[in-house]
Amino acid sequence: MKKIYVREEVCMGCGLCRVYCQTEHSRSKDIIKAFKRETPRPLPRIRVERNGETCFSIQCRHCDEPVCVYSCLTGAMRKDPASGTVTIDADRCTGCWTCILVCPYGALTRDENRKAVAKCDLCPDQEVPVCVANCPNEALVLTIEEIAH
Amino acid sequence: MAKARTLKTKYLIIGNSAGGIGAAEAIREVDKAGSITIVSDEPYHCYSRPLIAKYLTGERTFEGMLFRPLDFYEQNAIDARLGHTVTGLGLDKRTAALESGERITWERLLIASGGVPIVPDTTGLDKRGVFNFISLDDARAISELVDSATKAVVIGGGLIGISATEALSKRGLEVTVVEMKDRILNTILDEEASRMAAETLENAGIRVITDNTVAEIMGKDWVSSVVLSDGEEIPCSLLVVAIGVLPRIDLVQGADIKVNRGIVVDRTMATNYPDVYACGDVSEAYDFVLDTNRLTPIWPNAHIGGRVAGYNMAGVRTEYPGGTAMNSLNYFGLDIAAAGIATPPEKNVYECVSRREDGTYKKLVMKDDIILGMVCIGDIEKSGILYSLMKDRVNVRKFKGALLADNFGLVSLPRRLWRERLGAPQPEQVVELPEEEEMEDVMDE
Repeated sequence: MKKIYVREEVCMGCGLCRVYCQTEHSRSKDIIKAFKRETPRPLPRIRVERNGETCFSIQCRHCDEPVCVYSCLTGAMRKDPASGTVTIDADRCTGCWTCILVCPYGALTRDENRKAVAKCDLCPDQEVPVCVANCPNEALVLTIEEIAH
Repeated sequence: MAKARTLKTKYLIIGNSAGGIGAAEAIREVDKAGSITIVSDEPYHCYSRPLIAKYLTGERTFEGMLFRPLDFYEQNAIDARLGHTVTGLGLDKRTAALESGERITWERLLIASGGVPIVPDTTGLDKRGVFNFISLDDARAISELVDSATKAVVIGGGLIGISATEALSKRGLEVTVVEMKDRILNTILDEEASRMAAETLENAGIRVITDNTVAEIMGKDWVSSVVLSDGEEIPCSLLVVAIGVLPRIDLVQGADIKVNRGIVVDRTMATNYPDVYACGDVSEAYDFVLDTNRLTPIWPNAHIGGRVAGYNMAGVRTEYPGGTAMNSLNYFGLDIAAAGIATPPEKNVYECVSRREDGTYKKLVMKDDIILGMVCIGDIEKSGILYSLMKDRVNVRKFKGALLADNFGLVSLPRRLWRERLGAPQPEQVVELPEEEEMEDVMDE
């Protein structure tokens, strides 16, 4: 399965990962249009955390034991057994945000328009997730790992 | 008379909700062949019980409430006997008797039978128009009447009561909720948060009555009004009784199974009786805040407890990490995330810090610098980080000041804590990216 890691020692906190994530999850896939013209504005699924000199970005860890999936009240969240990706079915999600309360990473976002949680989907249309592909300092790295059972 | 049929199964699961499904899935992960039978008196494919409120408002159909896809039982080779009631257990002979007269013999048993609504001894409860609100059938029955009713009363300002209140209000009824204690949601929220929740309900046109109870239910055949302890009479043609649930322990009463308020289970979700397990609302499992067993009848704990039970039943030893009272709620757009002890029992032993800003509220309850309770209203997106500190019993003395700050995040924690959360890649697993120029070509496509 794909996993994304951050090497915070080379992260500059530029936030490009967030911009590309937002664009990738837009309808137009165009940076300018996505930010200026799309309503509702697409949501990034990655957070950039900064505290003084320290900065890093964080997105869903696609945990081996996904407590969000186990806590989901509706069955909207699941861990795909083939890819290991933790996915959300926005139509089944009811926006109770229980997953947000149990995520130790603070990696999930409320999509108030859809009343559904928004999260990293590892960019299913891309070979390499856009946050990794566009990190100017290669602070984000992609790995391919065995799915733990 | 023909001899009653006897079925054999390796795993018998009583209950087809969060816990039972969690157990069945865990068993199938590690035992592909062992026969699994699920028995439930509800005749429905497993559905999300919390969504009955959305069913009542019309926001969800039954199909939209399914907890697992329609082919779930088939895909997992589960014999689902839905709409069947287990009437008795023979623990020593490892049998279960069904109402139909059939018998099931099992090797391992999980009791995930859930809860039953608490029925008060109020006069007039047998009138028509009086309902509970814990099952799809309840929601369906209310649904059928809702268009012909204009006024409803809900007894109980807890989680179920408030969710019924919101749903009925959204269906256009004039709703009054009556809470016995001095504030609604008093078991999961503190005073300030309860006040904010009550205000939200009142802004939606709901009447919130506290420190009061329904003394009598009036009406001939149908409910027509309720009379409160202080004598006030409130007209209503629909009455929802939602004062809580109790473990559904009828099957083990008188058996050699240890029952306190619920069925007592150890960290493997096993009861004291060999090969008999329990989880969910019927069980008393480990609570990591109180460091003891107690009832925590919430969906996630039932599901996680069920998974742990399932693994252990299938021979893979797994420990329940513990749960606590933990709820994320949304009433009329107000997001509430709360866990653990919201109101400390003795003020001088616990330290409380809180922060109130327009529309948002955050509070932590700590003891010896360990978080034991939390309430977040409005701003809940980082509540999971706080909850994880609580769950891991992290000493927060050195960074307490940052916990309620606006910009609180992972990076506010000591480096050791966020570093371990971020994880580190194994160098040999890192994917080499194409050189930049090639990369741009890829992006242009």
